[in-house]
Amino acid sequence: MKIDFKVNGRDYSLEVREDMRLLDFLREELKLTGTKEGCGEGECGACTVIIDGKAVNSCLVLVPEIDGREVITVEGLERDGRLHPLQESFIEKGAVQCGFCTPGMLMSAKALLDGNADPSDEEIMEAIEGNLCRCTGYYKIVQAIRDAAGKLRNGKA
Amino acid sequence: MLKSNSGESTNVVGKMVKRVDALEKVNGCARFAADIAFDGQIYCALVIAEKPHGILRSIDVSLASKMEGVEAVFTWRDIPGDNQLGEAIKDMPCLVKEGEKIRYWGDVVAVVAARDRISAENAAKSVRLDIEDLEPVLSIEEALEDRIKIHGGSNVKVTKLIRKGDPETVIKNSKEVFEGEFYAHYQEQAYMEPQGITVVPDLDYGYTVYGTMQCPYYVQSAVAHVLGLPMNRIRVIQTETGGAFGGKEDVPSYVASYAAVAAFNLKRPARLIYSREIDIQTTSKRHPIKSFYRVAMDGKKIKAIEVMAYMDMGAYATLTPIVMFRTLVHAAGAYDIENVNVDVYGVYTNKVPPGAFRGFGSPQVLFAVESMIDDIAWKLRIDPMELREENTLRPGSRTSTDHLIVESVGAPETLARVKESSHWKDLVKECIEFNRANEDKKRGAGLSHIFYGVSLGAGGQALDKSGAHVLINRDGSVEVRIGGTEMGQGAKTVIAMMAAEELGQRMERILVHQPDTAFVPDSGPTVASRTTIYSGNAVRRACITLKGKLISVFYDLFNSRPDKVKFCQGEVSDGEGRAISFDRLVDAAYVRNVKLFEAGWYDTPKLSFDMENGLGEAYVTYSYASQVVQVEVDMATGSTKVLKGFTAHDVGKAVNPDGVIGQIQGGFAQGMGYALYEDLKLRNGKIISDNFNTYIIPTIHEVPPELVIDIVEDAFSEGPYGAKGIGEPSLMPVPASVANAVSMAIGKRVRQIPVTPEYVLGLIEKKTD
Repeated sequence: MKIDFKVNGRDYSLEVREDMRLLDFLREELKLTGTKEGCGEGECGACTVIIDGKAVNSCLVLVPEIDGREVITVEGLERDGRLHPLQESFIEKGAVQCGFCTPGMLMSAKALLDGNADPSDEEIMEAIEGNLCRCTGYYKIVQAIRDAAGKLRNGKA
Repeated sequence: MLKSNSGESTNVVGKMVKRVDALEKVNGCARFAADIAFDGQIYCALVIAEKPHGILRSIDVSLASKMEGVEAVFTWRDIPGDNQLGEAIKDMPCLVKEGEKIRYWGDVVAVVAARDRISAENAAKSVRLDIEDLEPVLSIEEALEDRIKIHGGSNVKVTKLIRKGDPETVIKNSKEVFEGEFYAHYQEQAYMEPQGITVVPDLDYGYTVYGTMQCPYYVQSAVAHVLGLPMNRIRVIQTETGGAFGGKEDVPSYVASYAAVAAFNLKRPARLIYSREIDIQTTSKRHPIKSFYRVAMDGKKIKAIEVMAYMDMGAYATLTPIVMFRTLVHAAGAYDIENVNVDVYGVYTNKVPPGAFRGFGSPQVLFAVESMIDDIAWKLRIDPMELREENTLRPGSRTSTDHLIVESVGAPETLARVKESSHWKDLVKECIEFNRANEDKKRGAGLSHIFYGVSLGAGGQALDKSGAHVLINRDGSVEVRIGGTEMGQGAKTVIAMMAAEELGQRMERILVHQPDTAFVPDSGPTVASRTTIYSGNAVRRACITLKGKLISVFYDLFNSRPDKVKFCQGEVSDGEGRAISFDRLVDAAYVRNVKLFEAGWYDTPKLSFDMENGLGEAYVTYSYASQVVQVEVDMATGSTKVLKGFTAHDVGKAVNPDGVIGQIQGGFAQGMGYALYEDLKLRNGKIISDNFNTYIIPTIHEVPPELVIDIVEDAFSEGPYGAKGIGEPSLMPVPASVANAVSMAIGKRVRQIPVTPEYVLGLIEKKTD
């Protein structure tokens, strides 16, 4: 079937397989391999992307579901060659170790900050509760998200 | 001998820096195993036995071979070399042969190659295996009976021991003797990136292996063996690796071997990426260990200890004989005890073969010995802190293997730090008062104190070396190649810091390459918290030589006295006004035809150890840690929450302090998962908790908001700038501190981990301890 959609600001109108997962479509057809597969069951959050402002597990979405919608992946975070404040803060606060959960973590955090400029710690925790990280213990990730929120509020971004 | 720079002022070492690989990991460019693709690649899927024990009568591939998209199905007949895997004992086939034994659920029988992943997986399900069932051996106890023999001989395959002093007589004559039995269950590494390898026929008429791994040289050797090719035809390049924790020590050798069989026979790139289910069902875990302790006390002094420990090594020995050495040395804890007997046995069962996991056979027995010490303290009404202070290792102490340790023994200091940071006595009081006032919830404070033998030790000296290549390009940019791998722990950053420190070049001008066996010779495995020391020293040696050459060029340019030349962050000067940038100095070296390429090498200080009695220098040095946690137990549900943690680690020197903190935070969370939540469930030898909906690892909600970290720097003279290891010791004190805290909260001794709600409820209901 043919669908129209937007990924990272670019419009597409493509013939797609109805039974293909969005995760595979992004990685194999659009070559956007920044989105990772960790479990294939919507449990780990490594494949998190944003669809129309909402963070979702792309392993649980079939491609036809994005018809008429906008998808943002980790590759779409940079603007005009500049890192998103979340990306900057993840680097500065040491929130990255192996990096496999990082793209999904960033997308969950972006979905939060896009809708809530001043999240409480509880809201940050809720936003990333579906994103598993085995390396960091989450401490520096929470710190980075808090830091990025501050940057966005102060218009430093 | 390298001189330690500890105490001298440094430019980069010990400072806060950004990780060198962070940018590519936040912008989606980092390429993990599944992110690389090759023209004409085929996708592989494994056919596994799905029976715990039996005899493989036949393999029927007729249906699978005809399925759409399938290129071929490979069995043992298609292996050109030796059908044999396994690091220590050659007891494991690559692909099980007809007529031979199936020994666990995940035994691999065939490899399907197809044009896409789904076709390969569907075809794998259509391969029919005729397996004659045999009664399986599913527990350590059954294995010890030796009624059913998994490999023909006894199921008790390997043993190691320590015989120090005469604990038997001391215990017999002692009035204060304590006993305890403990069990530590499996733990799954649960790295976020599953196993994955692509094997590519290459330009050198051999094969290049790309994938997620800890040990490229193990992979090179295994693939050469299975394909029957010399090692110079196998090149291994590590892709970005999404966590490993030991789970990618030996396992990638097996994954690569399966993929290599397909690549060899089809002469096409062959890709094998595990699903999470296949990964959890078939690959290594932390060993279940059952242990028995007897301890004799004389006042506050531990006089003698006897330990018997049984490790479930599953269907194949894999790394068990090596893991067992660490179990042996750590079983009696971080204490100076005159009389020590330890016996460790590895037994075959018809289950997944456990292997390496952060701590490598030590967290299980450290949980046991620390529970034992804690139990003794409460029974003798001695403060658990004081009992540890009384018996801990100090400079001049002898370890359980009678190793006299004279330097870099920060053990007492780590105790002092957590005592202070946790306000230990007040914390205990606070818990007691809370428990008086509350019935539904109970709180406990738990302490643990551990040591960790750094690097491979006496059992692994032949592997304990590392190489490095350092090349300075004409523009002053630096290329560093090491044999140690980055898997998230921060190896690349720490190596770049050391190169920047020694060369005086700015860190952002240094590139640490992905490991590639074509460039750096066998540097041993990236395990045992050894990379900072071993790869680090190799890099430093190469850099020190290079810097000497650049000093000569500076002298040639300015006639400055060599000992006055200072390198700092890309600038070179003699302190008397003569200066040049690092990059221009390099250019001057190039036009003088100076060789700006050096190989560095570091091999381990020799250890003297008597394997027969388990006595001597077990490891080159030891890291130490102490930890206090406070928990709250819900008495109705049995569930436990860690409220706060205080942890102190003697790391020798924190070369990258931010990285050390990151390791400790991550190790704490992983250790807490082991202590409380991660319960691997098996049914008839099949792992049924094979994804994250059933195998529960900590989320953001489980980690305590407050984790106070203290870094103790008691320098190790052989370590770069005094550094020792931290990767594994970050996890090792956690199971014990949590178990001790739960024991205090409920007033019953916890004797197994994970401390699940069901187990806690069972203890609460029990009348006696």
